[in-house]
Amino acid sequence: MQLIACPWCGEREEIEFHYGGQAHVAYPDDPYALDDDQWAQYVFFRDNPKGPFAERWVHAAGCRRWFNAVRDTVTHEFLAVYDVRAPRPLLTGSAAAAQQRKGQEAS
Amino acid sequence: MTVETPTRFSPLAAWQDDLAQLPTGVQARELPFLTQLTLRVQPGSTAAKAVEAVLDVTLPGPVSAEMSGDVKVLWMGPDEWLLVAPDGRQDDLLAQLRSAVGDEFATVTDVSAQRTTLALSGHLVRTVLAQGCAIDLDPRVTPVGSCLNTLLAQAPVTLVVRGEAASDVWLLVRSSFASYLATWLVDACTEYRGGTG
Amino acid sequence: MTNPFRAGGHGRIDRDTTLSFTFDGTAYTGHPGDTLASALLANGVHHVADSIKYGRPRGVLAAGAEEPNAVVQIEAPFPEPMLTGTTVELYDGLDARGLSGQGRLSSRPDTARYDTLHAHCDLLVVGAGPAGLTATLSAARAGARVILVDELPEPGGSLLGSQELLDGRPATEWVGEVVAELDACADVQVLQRTTAFGHYDDGLVLALEKRTDHLGAAAPAHVSRQRIWRIRARQVVYATGAYERPVAFDDNDRPGIMLAGSARTYLNRFGVLPGRQAVVFTTNDSAYPAALELADAGVRIAAVVEAREEVPAHWRTACDERGIEIRTGHVVTGTSGVEHVSRAHVAPFSRGRLGERQGIDCDLLLVSGGWNPAVALFSQARGTLRYDAGIGAFVPAQAPGSVRTAGSAGGTFTLAGCLADGGDAASRALSALGRTGRTLTLPSTGPLPQGAPGRVLWRVPSPRDGQDGSHQFVDLQRDALVSDVLRATGAGLRSVEHVKRYTTIGTAHDQGRTSGVMTSGIVAEALGVDVADLGTMRLRPPAVPVAFAALAGRNRGELFDPVRVTALHSWHAEHGALFEDVGQWKRPWYYPQPGESMEEAVLRECRAARTGVAMMDGSTLGKINVQGPDAGVLLDRLYTNMMSTLKVGRVRYGVMCGVDGMAIDDGTVIRVAEQEFLLTTTTGNAAKVLEWMEEWLQTEWPDLRVHLTSVTEHWVTIPLVGPRSRDVLALVAPDLDADNDAFPFMSWRDATVAGIPARVCRISFSGELAYEINVPAWDGITVWNALYAAGGPFGITPYGTETMHVLRAEKAYPIIGQDTDGTVTPQDLGMSWVVSKKKPDFIGKRSFSREENQRGDRKQLVGLLPADERVLLPEGAQIIATSSIPQPPVPMLGHVTSSYRSDALQRTFALALVRSGSERIGETLYVPLDGRTVPVTVTDPVLFDKEGSRRDG
Repeated sequence: MQLIACPWCGEREEIEFHYGGQAHVAYPDDPYALDDDQWAQYVFFRDNPKGPFAERWVHAAGCRRWFNAVRDTVTHEFLAVYDVRAPRPLLTGSAAAAQQRKGQEAS
Repeated sequence: MTVETPTRFSPLAAWQDDLAQLPTGVQARELPFLTQLTLRVQPGSTAAKAVEAVLDVTLPGPVSAEMSGDVKVLWMGPDEWLLVAPDGRQDDLLAQLRSAVGDEFATVTDVSAQRTTLALSGHLVRTVLAQGCAIDLDPRVTPVGSCLNTLLAQAPVTLVVRGEAASDVWLLVRSSFASYLATWLVDACTEYRGGTG
Repeated sequence: MTNPFRAGGHGRIDRDTTLSFTFDGTAYTGHPGDTLASALLANGVHHVADSIKYGRPRGVLAAGAEEPNAVVQIEAPFPEPMLTGTTVELYDGLDARGLSGQGRLSSRPDTARYDTLHAHCDLLVVGAGPAGLTATLSAARAGARVILVDELPEPGGSLLGSQELLDGRPATEWVGEVVAELDACADVQVLQRTTAFGHYDDGLVLALEKRTDHLGAAAPAHVSRQRIWRIRARQVVYATGAYERPVAFDDNDRPGIMLAGSARTYLNRFGVLPGRQAVVFTTNDSAYPAALELADAGVRIAAVVEAREEVPAHWRTACDERGIEIRTGHVVTGTSGVEHVSRAHVAPFSRGRLGERQGIDCDLLLVSGGWNPAVALFSQARGTLRYDAGIGAFVPAQAPGSVRTAGSAGGTFTLAGCLADGGDAASRALSALGRTGRTLTLPSTGPLPQGAPGRVLWRVPSPRDGQDGSHQFVDLQRDALVSDVLRATGAGLRSVEHVKRYTTIGTAHDQGRTSGVMTSGIVAEALGVDVADLGTMRLRPPAVPVAFAALAGRNRGELFDPVRVTALHSWHAEHGALFEDVGQWKRPWYYPQPGESMEEAVLRECRAARTGVAMMDGSTLGKINVQGPDAGVLLDRLYTNMMSTLKVGRVRYGVMCGVDGMAIDDGTVIRVAEQEFLLTTTTGNAAKVLEWMEEWLQTEWPDLRVHLTSVTEHWVTIPLVGPRSRDVLALVAPDLDADNDAFPFMSWRDATVAGIPARVCRISFSGELAYEINVPAWDGITVWNALYAAGGPFGITPYGTETMHVLRAEKAYPIIGQDTDGTVTPQDLGMSWVVSKKKPDFIGKRSFSREENQRGDRKQLVGLLPADERVLLPEGAQIIATSSIPQPPVPMLGHVTSSYRSDALQRTFALALVRSGSERIGETLYVPLDGRTVPVTVTDPVLFDKEGSRRDG
């Protein structure tokens, strides 16, 4: 049972959260300016990367607030949580590596 | 005997006896019919200040509750509070708050019957809750005044810590889940009931 | 009664108390402190069961959870299969049998309690041996919150099975002092009989506490028998010890063959002599204390067969003093015996060649091939392992910052080293938390004799069949042989994970504790690769078998899933309602009268609603309050139709679609005030719809000034339905002008109903004149009773969800999720009228014009009338075009979504989604049913009162 850090309530068990799919997929400014293929891209197609992925979550059993998170789809580790209106935080290669190092220690 | 005013029934009315017979160390009592209003307002806004003036409290921050006054203020979300007051206050509070807010943006909704309140106290409360609550109720982590929206067993609850080391808590539970939660609570106390339970 | 194989003066058993038990039908005795295995050995019983594949007799190999052989079934007091006899504590009345690899679940329900407890700590220490105890003590003295879990009934771990001295006294005295100090710390919890079995995300460790198993029939019913601890630890120290590793040789599976350290444990912890005359076969120093302590206790050590060429001087001296012969450079090549080992075959072994064999009589053959650190949990915590060629074992390499090992789990095998390592691990754990551990004054262990490195030896060449290995067992529980491993590598398998699955090695209850690393060694030899490169099998949770009952805990029976009820629930129950599960809700399904079938009851309820008056509990409908200056704007964007133009006092039906244009929910919207709406959702979708609305509001349109609040359970909702509903309402709400003009369809009024302030809506889900009465939930029963009483003279009839479904289906009101499946647009439902043409955009609108959604052959909602008006089509039945079923693939035109018997129509009918359905009105189609086809006529979906003449009464 993973812990997810709600920006408002702090760390809670993942069962309190619902998943909202890829973040930063804005509703098109003018849906009628898009042809069927372009509209279908918005409606049906999402990224599926291996590694950091920006996605939406809602603290359904807590404060009911939607937030964004960058999660590593390999390790499930949450690399960042941030406001739904904020841009995706820059997790550069070195920052990600630092994150990696932080998690490792010789035993 | 004739009843003049219509009788109200709280969600845990049928559980009174069971709740009264919990083992020593867990006292449980339903606080029925409390006035409950959902307040939505941007903290720090003019509307929020107007509300604070009416209630004579500062709206508490995340995961905490202001329980000292007649109207208790429970944090539910970054712009959401549950106001809990004695029975029968909903109409006048609603009117007062809406009038104080005026044309500013804030909303108040009567949700008095949406949830019922279960008051638990006793030295075993923390252990009993730990059977179904994943949150650390150690006083160093969850001090008096904490207000958590979380799951207890499989029911969504609002848990307010009122006494040291969770020896005194309020559990606000949605009416439809109240009976499930009472069933769970009575069951969770089995061990402390001794061999007779 | 005395046990023939007890050693005087040894063991931590209570000899003053005798326990009776039965094994395989024979009565024996033992003592408190015994395990089933130790009690059997004390009685001279080695043969526990026959092996699963070859039926060979098997005995007790080990003394703990690593035991591969001694699997038993407990018959009484509570039946339980597949337990290891080495971990079952003896109790009076225990009745067990040996198992040949497969157990049998009890056919009666287990009445014992199982529960769960959440716990939190700074530091979790797993294992109360020397390293675990110093780790716990160090952290406790630093004031940390510590939980120590240990699988044995008492703390001490390996110290319980040794004769080690600490500060010149028996080590168990030091253990007692440490535990007494720990017990006095408020922030330290010590859990015995508790086995950590899984390390999960973010420091969550699950542990199984066996609380009353050891009490047998005397276990109190109110205390949980087993408890799952969900321990959330910021730091974890695994002081889980090490498991001794056997060596493979011919016929290495006979009863009487035992791990050397385990024999030492039987002597020192249980006061049991596992034999009278022993041969000790070792590759390392650790077997010598076993040989010497057993010799001192009266066992004749016929020989120490030492695979190494050299033996440290002090061990040689100690053996000489006791007249024990050491045969260096020798190995055991095989054994003889019938049910029990009677002779060990010994031969010189150098440069890979065996010399001349010689037999040595014995009834006990002790084996030590070295020690494998117990790294299963460390490994689950994403700790990596590396091969240590010096000890021939996999040891921890890299660990996440929150996990570490201590003591022999990390490859430290001296007592002094383990004691120091525990304190050190605690210090490092605490500094990771930004705290400082306390340096302990460690007890002195006495002078450490100069040891010598062990020899890594996986298997001995077989004098009988050379390299074949077909009499050399690797996994005793699975009856897997060296020859099976070689067959796997011969078949081209190169990974131990593949070999594991090919041979089943490591897949039994013991997870290959004694066979896994040996398998890696044998595979590496066979492939000519380095074990370090090959690696070892992945160790997955649960590390020990855990009963499903324990995992379920209290989530069973009435607590399996929350049961949600309305404020009227007890009335329904008292009036004979049968209930239907709708999500987590219990809703009245129908109210049968005595002797009435479901069909009869539903027809009666329908008749009442269409001809008289009926009422139901609609409280489960989701209700969302929408408030703020932009409330209308938000609703306009989320519903397909226009909501902002709704006047205060009026009600409008609405449909919500996803961005793909498919209907996701429907309900009514009432305008409470200029800036306040109240909408309803379907019962099962209440939470989902609120979340959906919040997602749009919070993520796409945060600038809208509107707030959403769930008020589902604030209201009790009672639809009062039927031509006489107005008459009943007039009796309970005399002040309400319920005339059609004063209170028209699709409007609402505040009124006093049965003395209660209520909101009454004129909406209808049946097509009949109907009023939906809403009052605060705590007043619900008062209003319900008043309506029931007032309606008595009119024959008012309570009805359930089944009747509701029939009534709405007769009117073709769809149920989202029953008549739709996420691929159905409002247009497909024949509800183009609910889709606004005026609004520039709303969620779903753009998708309606997608080519796919414009096709004429989309599935559309139609009515179906079976030619035989008694035939009730099953919901989900397929629809085809021909009266005979053609050769597959059969072209499917659609399926039945709703199907009922109608009192109003005096026949059966159905709703269906049918390809090009609206163009097929009047056609005959066919429904395959029970090997034949049923002809059905396609109709307009509205089958009753198409003109809507009944809604005003």
